[in-house]
Amino acid sequence: MTKALISVTGLDTTGIIARVATRLYEMNINILDITQTILQGYFTMMMVVDLDGANMEFAQIDEALQSVRDELGMEIHMQRMDIFDAMHRI
Amino acid sequence: MIETGEILQTLHMIQEENFDIRTITLGINLLDCSDASPEICAERVYEKIVRTARNLVRTGDELERELGIPIVNKRISVTPVSLIAQGDPVPIAMALDRAARETGVNFLGGYSALMHKGATRADERLLRSIPEVLSSTERLCSSVNVASTRSGINMNAVREMGEIILSTARRTADTDGLGCAKLVVFANAVEDNPFMAGAFCGIGEPECAINVGVSGPGVVKKALEKVKGEPFDVVSETIKRTAFKITRVGQLVAREASQRLGIPFGIVDLSLAPTPARGDSVAHILEEIGLESAGAPGTTAALALLNDAVKKGGVMASNHVGGLSGAFIPVSEDIGMINAVRDGYLSLEKLEAMTCVCSVGLDMIAVPGDISAETISGIIADEAAIGMINQKTTAVRIIPAIGKKAGDRVEFGGLLGFAPVMKVPGGSCRTMVQRGGRIPAPLHSLRN
Repeated sequence: MTKALISVTGLDTTGIIARVATRLYEMNINILDITQTILQGYFTMMMVVDLDGANMEFAQIDEALQSVRDELGMEIHMQRMDIFDAMHRI
Repeated sequence: MIETGEILQTLHMIQEENFDIRTITLGINLLDCSDASPEICAERVYEKIVRTARNLVRTGDELERELGIPIVNKRISVTPVSLIAQGDPVPIAMALDRAARETGVNFLGGYSALMHKGATRADERLLRSIPEVLSSTERLCSSVNVASTRSGINMNAVREMGEIILSTARRTADTDGLGCAKLVVFANAVEDNPFMAGAFCGIGEPECAINVGVSGPGVVKKALEKVKGEPFDVVSETIKRTAFKITRVGQLVAREASQRLGIPFGIVDLSLAPTPARGDSVAHILEEIGLESAGAPGTTAALALLNDAVKKGGVMASNHVGGLSGAFIPVSEDIGMINAVRDGYLSLEKLEAMTCVCSVGLDMIAVPGDISAETISGIIADEAAIGMINQKTTAVRIIPAIGKKAGDRVEFGGLLGFAPVMKVPGGSCRTMVQRGGRIPAPLHSLRN
């Protein structure tokens, strides 16, 4: 399974999860886990997704998410989970 | 499952603390390109490099995007050119520079000669061509190995390199001697170094290999901020843990790049490589350990600990560690070092002492333009002696700033940064340098 982390940070507003999740649904990407918190006044959401069923390549998914970023005015980053596994798990 | 705190730590390291993969360097063997005709050799060299490295930059960019970590440089290192150049090496140099541009890498290293014991005719030809080549190419880097622990110091080569560095500086005076920033003189040069300007693909290397250099002085500095006042045991442990994490990412990138390119993984180089960006300085780590400025008494001890702890942490994180693997202390590429020189804390003499305990040597140091070739040779000989006796790599990358004097400033731009021109200790070494010959290899027992 190719897992990726999508992190969303910025000022809190309505519909953040809805919009990100809708876009992921359109690309046939399954959400495995979501955590969200308000850190120092900032909305911080982390979503772990499974890219295996996606109907697009990594770069295209990343670009599609950037359009959500522009709509919401928030920072959205997607990166493969491997980097976190490498750094924090032996 | 990875915890939120761990994810945030990684994101923070990348976004706030300048953690990056400094370079993916593709080593390419060029021995099979040799030919009596320089033109045919140059053509083969160009064709082989472009064919082998055609996907290097694209793969690096893809990995950067997918893993979310900057991969700053994509580079190529090749077999030392003196080993393949049967005649005039200049057409090969031009072909290498063209190949670097065509493949999109920012530097290509290997315009090199290994002459720690003596020079072949090809070595001599290559040496003489360096000033012309470095002033007429853009991305080509050159290195010359003049000493080794096993064979001693080739003082003829040391003498010649003094003149070649000065001549290169004069030919590139309009860019503050930029040619000299692309020229390194080594003792105990390593064959799998991914960092420039000293990278080349040694003759013990496979047909091609992926070597990765990590970085992260900013991350180490931030980690140490959390253990203020703690004893050195804690400092060392903190650096080790940080180096481990950094290196694991280097290993991941190396493995992925190797798979995608179908090229064997060589090594991860554990060096802490600073950049002129604020927050990416080795000097600032030393200051965090407790020095008012890099260069103050205690600097050599702090650097020794840093260098050793980085290796101890990193070596567990990768299945093959190599290259230079240690802390770099270039002056122009490290804002903390630049400030230490400017404020009078750091001298050439102190830098020389620091090179005894860390990676490489006198690196990116600007000196007054009226320096003599013999004095440059004397500086090279001193560094080579440190490397030879201590069984370590040392190097000199020194830039005579033509028309400038101590206290003036030279600008190289980009990753190479800027540097204050440093004062060189007085006293002539002309008679010593003119002796030539070889300093014999040192004894390896009765060590003290």
